[in-house]
Amino acid sequence: MINSEKPMHELSLAENIVQLIEDTALKQSFAQVTTVWLEIGQLACVEQESLRFYFDVVAQDSIARQARLEIIEIAGQALCKQCNQDILIATYHDACPHCGSYALQVTQGDGMRIKELEVK
Amino acid sequence: MCTTCGCGNSQTYMNGKAMPSHRHLDKPLRYRPLAQPIHGHTPISVAADHPSRTIHPGTGIAGTHAAGISQARIVKIERDILAKNNQYAAQNRRYLSKHGIFALNLVSSPGSGKTTLLVKTIQMLRDKFPIAVIEGDQQTDRDAARIRATGVPVIQINTGKGCHLDAHMVGRAMQQLPLQHDSLLLIENVGNLVCPSSFDLGEAHKVVILSVTEGEDKPLKYPDMFLASSLMLLNKCDLLPYLTFDIDLALEYAHRIHPELPVIQVSATQGSGMPAWVDWIAAGCRCATAAKPHLQATDPSLD
Repeated sequence: MINSEKPMHELSLAENIVQLIEDTALKQSFAQVTTVWLEIGQLACVEQESLRFYFDVVAQDSIARQARLEIIEIAGQALCKQCNQDILIATYHDACPHCGSYALQVTQGDGMRIKELEVK
Repeated sequence: MCTTCGCGNSQTYMNGKAMPSHRHLDKPLRYRPLAQPIHGHTPISVAADHPSRTIHPGTGIAGTHAAGISQARIVKIERDILAKNNQYAAQNRRYLSKHGIFALNLVSSPGSGKTTLLVKTIQMLRDKFPIAVIEGDQQTDRDAARIRATGVPVIQINTGKGCHLDAHMVGRAMQQLPLQHDSLLLIENVGNLVCPSSFDLGEAHKVVILSVTEGEDKPLKYPDMFLASSLMLLNKCDLLPYLTFDIDLALEYAHRIHPELPVIQVSATQGSGMPAWVDWIAAGCRCATAAKPHLQATDPSLD
């Protein structure tokens, strides 16, 4: 099934990314960004395709207008509170593969951040 | 922009007045290009730059830089994409805790009964604490009018095409409200179970409201919101005899996402469960008052 719906807050996120880039440009004196590396957790509330779409729109008139967006996906990881094992999860409603418990403490993969930029 | 949810970069209104954009530009989706490097110098070369913040091309994460791409450099940012919002949220949180104000961010899908719940809550609590309300909706001040009728101060934020409140909007609304020491601030977010989960407003807690006229599986479908919340209210419980809603299943799903999430079953219209909810709020207000730094004297008005 093709989901043509554009999820919602990715536009705000794209604006935040461009603003962070421009803030950094002022501090670190660069005039053009060629690549932007983002780290997006698998569990983060963000749809990558939608973020790419909005980034292209928002970056158009910024120093990031020619920037390539590289998304590094960070796997979802959790600690099972019942059997105390580190496990990989793809969604918040995954069960522990070892003991079946849903009582998991997410330890990685719920964030989203700009990692670094390649600039000229 | 977004034809599904209407999320976009449109004008935000506060009590009908246009709110200046906090984005450093005057038109939607227009960013000032930095035509020249700052100071007019050539960009700092790799060798001359601060070693802690930059690294040589080729040693970056891509690892693919060919020798000879001399101007390119890698700038480490390592910042959360929501850093800006989180800064505003931290500001709001500092202000609120300094003045002993207990703030709640009420989130749910549209039609779960948030505003009715709010009106009943205000009626039950207004003799105990000063209360102020921030209402978020895409359009109209109909909700604010319902709150205003209870006699408490309210600011309506119209997000236009936006699908959530952000911390900057709420900070501005807080400035316009007559907030009092040791009071309760109720923020009714835009009806939406997705976006508001990502945007911290500086509140003490998010409270998610699920109504029994919705599906039991909402927590599984929209896990972020149930994970981000500190309390779940199951509303419209007076309608249960007429519905096939399975409470145990809904709670099981909610606890799969957030095992320790406390749940209060309420009916805002009939009043059942409401005492437990207002007790929960009153306990939070007492904690906020107790945790307030004891700097100021007992001046009831805020600067």
